[in-house]
Amino acid sequence: MVGKGFAALLDLLRGGGHRVNDALQTLGFAARFLVMLLVYSGQSFRRFNLTIREIYFSGFQSLLIILVSGLFIGMVLGLQGYETLQRYGSSEALGVLVALSLTRELGPVVAALLFASRAGSSITAEIGLMKATEQLTAMDMMAVNPIARVVGPRFWGGVISMPLLAALFSAVGVFGGYLIGVVLIGVDEGAFWSQMQGSVDFRHDIWSGIVKSFVFGVAVSLISVFEGYDAVPTAEGVSASIKRTVVYSALTILALDFVLTSFLFRGV
Amino acid sequence: MSRKLLDLWVGFFVALGVAALLFLALRVGSFSTSGFGQTYQLTARFDNIGGLKVRGPVKSAGVVVGRVSDIRFDSETYEALVTLTIDGRYSFPKDTFASILTAGLLGEQYIGLDAGGDERRLKNGDSFAKTQSAVVLEKLISQFMFNKASEGQDAK
Repeated sequence: MVGKGFAALLDLLRGGGHRVNDALQTLGFAARFLVMLLVYSGQSFRRFNLTIREIYFSGFQSLLIILVSGLFIGMVLGLQGYETLQRYGSSEALGVLVALSLTRELGPVVAALLFASRAGSSITAEIGLMKATEQLTAMDMMAVNPIARVVGPRFWGGVISMPLLAALFSAVGVFGGYLIGVVLIGVDEGAFWSQMQGSVDFRHDIWSGIVKSFVFGVAVSLISVFEGYDAVPTAEGVSASIKRTVVYSALTILALDFVLTSFLFRGV
Repeated sequence: MSRKLLDLWVGFFVALGVAALLFLALRVGSFSTSGFGQTYQLTARFDNIGGLKVRGPVKSAGVVVGRVSDIRFDSETYEALVTLTIDGRYSFPKDTFASILTAGLLGEQYIGLDAGGDERRLKNGDSFAKTQSAVVLEKLISQFMFNKASEGQDAK
């Protein structure tokens, strides 16, 4: 009886240790992968049209979802913000509220979340399937480096696209807030824009938002290409990888957002 | 998809992104010194600036005519040395009165300029002869209470 309980406890410990071991091993591989990616980036950039192709797939094709979501988020901010501000008799500050919340937080974060689910998951699926159908191995056999040829362009395409998408998201969101606040509700147009311009500083607010979206771009792109490259080469394995891309990207974005906010906006 | 078409769409995407950045920079936000073309600098000394902030507005007759560009503490006179950047289109008489006012009850603080009657004009680098500090609420209340207290003693 005692022996059985002891064995169960030992199994439990062994299982836990195994998981920690696996997680650490994956983390180590991810770090090694990032270094390889950066080392071979020179080779990727020599054929820059590959990266341009990836900007098309992950950046340009995400335009629709980014623009429409940005517009609606801006419109919701306009409605909700007006409801609250109007109670304090300062509905003219609506522009400030919409612009600051978009450029500082919502623009980079929501755009990155959308980007992870729209573009990141498809990158993972693509690379994972390439691995499952042994295309990556075939490339290696032909002395084509798969990291330089397949992974690098996708990574850099994402890194380049992300800040642009976040900026578009914020800009369209401000326009949505303008549509609701000024055109529909009738907040004074001059006060809307001038209070916004008076309170939003390029260096503090907009630039910090761009820095955030750049960091998110690096994180999401790295997770996407890594999960694809690390996928178990079966149908099940690829689907698990895609799931992990979305989950890990979302968690990383939100955690990084907290860290970056405490860095960038301290004492502002 | 042909490479030319691909380049076209990516170029369109990048141009759109840059346009959004420009929109954010110029229309939504503002660079710290933007808004005015030619400017000149004036300085003013205050005993107490209250909650005045750099980039706060400078108004005359309610019109924004400049911005606070620098706030420093003068360790010789123990006063606050405020530098104002004034729009070059406006000029003020030498005896203009600078005071720190509050917009609304809880609003931001700004510098109000009340023009005097002097013929001569303030030039770049000049400083205001007469200033009035911010009203500190605690001082106002304590003054009021002391007055009340002394009134009470007189009545006895």
